[in-house]
Amino acid sequence: MHRLPPALRLVVVVGVAVLLGLVACSPAEPPKTTVKDSKDRKAAPEFALKDASGKIVHLADFKGKVVLLDFWATWCGPCKIEIPWFAEFQRQYKDRGFEVLGVSMDESGWAAVTPFAAEKKINYRLVIGDDKTGDQYGGIEALPTTFVIDREGRIASVHVGLSAKKEFQDAIEKVL
Amino acid sequence: MLLKKFSKFAGISLLILSALGVDCSAQMNPVVTIAPVPTIKAKKGSVTVVSIRAVLPPGFHANSNTPTDAYLIPLKLTWTTGPLQADGITYPKSTLEKYSFSDKPLSVVTGEFTITTKFKIPDSASSGPAAQNGTLRYQACNDHMCFAPKTVPVVLSLNLD
Repeated sequence: MHRLPPALRLVVVVGVAVLLGLVACSPAEPPKTTVKDSKDRKAAPEFALKDASGKIVHLADFKGKVVLLDFWATWCGPCKIEIPWFAEFQRQYKDRGFEVLGVSMDESGWAAVTPFAAEKKINYRLVIGDDKTGDQYGGIEALPTTFVIDREGRIASVHVGLSAKKEFQDAIEKVL
Repeated sequence: MLLKKFSKFAGISLLILSALGVDCSAQMNPVVTIAPVPTIKAKKGSVTVVSIRAVLPPGFHANSNTPTDAYLIPLKLTWTTGPLQADGITYPKSTLEKYSFSDKPLSVVTGEFTITTKFKIPDSASSGPAAQNGTLRYQACNDHMCFAPKTVPVVLSLNLD
C-alpha cells in the first residue's frame, strides 16, 4: 500500500480533526451514556437542599438506595418528556430500594414548581437546587441532566439532555 | 487495516483538537450575540427608532416574547438607565416550530433576529454623548436540552443635540 506524502497526510489529519470537532460539538444529539463499572465510580457530591415542606434533604439520607437524581426546570421542554418516565420508575422500582429525587433549577423556586408538580402529578420528592449544587455536579449547563447513583452513593451514569427511556431503565436495572 | 489507519488519524486529530483548545461548551451553552449599534445621533424633542440585531447559533432556538406555554421564559428587552424614554418595543416575528420534546409547536426565534425600540428624546436631555443601557433576557434550547435563562447587556452610544 502506498504511503501518503507528508503534506497530504497533514491535510487528512486536519480534515479529520475538523470533522471530529463538528461531530463532537454538534448540538443535534446528546452522547450515549454507559454505566460505569463499580470500581470506576466516584462519590456523588453531598448536598443539603429544601423540599416542599422546608425539610432539608441530604444525599446521605438515601444511602443504601439507588437514586435517580434529576436536575430539571419547569421551563425545560425536554425535562417534561422524562418526568412521566421517572414517575413510572418511582412506582416500578420503589420496593427494590430505589428513589427518584428531582432537583429543580427554577430561579423562582416553589412558586413555579408547586403548581407544575401538581399538574404533572409528580410522585417523587422534589428539592430546589442552587448554583453551588450545580457546580458540585460538574456545572449543570444543560437540562435535563440526570445521575444514576448506586447504593454506595457513587455515580454510576450521567445522562445529559433528553435520553431514551430504555437508557435509564437499563442503568437502573444494572445498578439495582 | 483501513479502520486501524483511521483510528490512528482520529487519535492524532483529537490530540490536535485538545491542543488547539477546541471548546464545545460554547455550543453547549449558546450565547446570543448582539451586533454593535452605531452611535445614535438625535435631536432633543424628537423620536428615533433603534434596531438591535441579535444572533443565536445554528441548532438553537429561544422562546419568542409570547411563548405558547406559561412555564416558558419569554424573550424580553428591558431598557434600564439612560436619557431616552422607550415608547414601544417591537419583537421579531416568531415562528411556530415543532420539536421532538413537545407535542405542540412552540413560538420561537432562531438564527438572526431584530428587536426595535421607539425612543422619545426628552427636551430636558443633556446635549452631547451619553449611553442608554438595557438587558436582553432569553432562554435557549436545542432539540434535546435547554439552558438556563441568560441576561445579556445591551448598550447604545448616543450623541444628542
